[in-house]
Amino acid sequence: MATQTAVHETQTPVFLAKEEPHAPSSTMLGFWIYLMSDCLIFAVLFATHGVLGRNYAAGPGPQQLFDLPLVAINTSMLLFSSITYGFAMLAMEKDKKQATLVWLGITGLFGAAFVGLELYEFSHMIMEGAGPQRSAFLSSFFTLVGTHGTHVTVGIIWLITLMVQVGKYGLGAENKRRLMCLSLFWHFLDVIWIGVFSFVYLMGVLG
Amino acid sequence: MTSHATEHSHGHDGHDHGHGETEGHGSFKGYMTGFILSVILTAIPFWLVMADVLSSPTATALAVMLLAVVQIVVHMVYFLHMNSKSEGGWTMLALIFTIVIVAIAISGSLWVMYHLNTNMMPAMTEGMMKTMP
Repeated sequence: MATQTAVHETQTPVFLAKEEPHAPSSTMLGFWIYLMSDCLIFAVLFATHGVLGRNYAAGPGPQQLFDLPLVAINTSMLLFSSITYGFAMLAMEKDKKQATLVWLGITGLFGAAFVGLELYEFSHMIMEGAGPQRSAFLSSFFTLVGTHGTHVTVGIIWLITLMVQVGKYGLGAENKRRLMCLSLFWHFLDVIWIGVFSFVYLMGVLG
Repeated sequence: MTSHATEHSHGHDGHDHGHGETEGHGSFKGYMTGFILSVILTAIPFWLVMADVLSSPTATALAVMLLAVVQIVVHMVYFLHMNSKSEGGWTMLALIFTIVIVAIAISGSLWVMYHLNTNMMPAMTEGMMKTMP
């Protein structure tokens, strides 16, 4: 069969594309779909906290535990890290390697300050006997806020990895793509934090 | 491309539409607008709760929820550069799908569980509560 068609063809059929087909890259769409699935994880944790958030088991409630000025500082840390990451992306577009690295470093410091403050808050609560095992409210609180904190920690590790990559190999197409993915991830975590400070902290204190 | 991006800070129509990687970035103005709006939209709910501005907690809760939704939209537009055109509209479609699922998961859980609570609680006695696992 194959020989027959080969005989009838005047030209030898070409089965290999000589050039890469110039299809638009689907990395950003794929990463966006990952973020959306991550969003579902947080939705389930928010729903759990919504259901269990008032079950104090005669333990301490949000009014006694939450330190709103600390949460406000924490929120501003994450917000500052968002804008500095934006500046890193702007520097990246202008192919300014040094400026990109500096802004990424500042972003990482803000992120580390956020995680540090959150760990301080957690340790303070656990020291007061309000650990995750105290009540259903505290279990769901630590799971939701802890999952967000873990994401930020992973984001910082990713950020440091990319800083090393950019420092070593420069701002090539691959590194730019990776930085754009981390940009989406980082801003997405800030979006989740809006939900956390509004629904967990502020509305928890409201009672 | 650099001068292009600075001259036309609003649109990305002029350049690089074939490459997904460099598409959909923001401008300095866009990031600053998003940042200032976010600061305002963060400060107001904290102020409302910490200074106890509104007399009724329900009104404060509604205001906090509303401001959170507005701030999420601001972040989506100015930081995540969400629009109906990026990736041929597929990111927007994925987002809408996720919002639907999130709404069903959260409102459904709250609805079912609060109804369970109201149905279960009167039947429970102190003794039953204490022997519960």
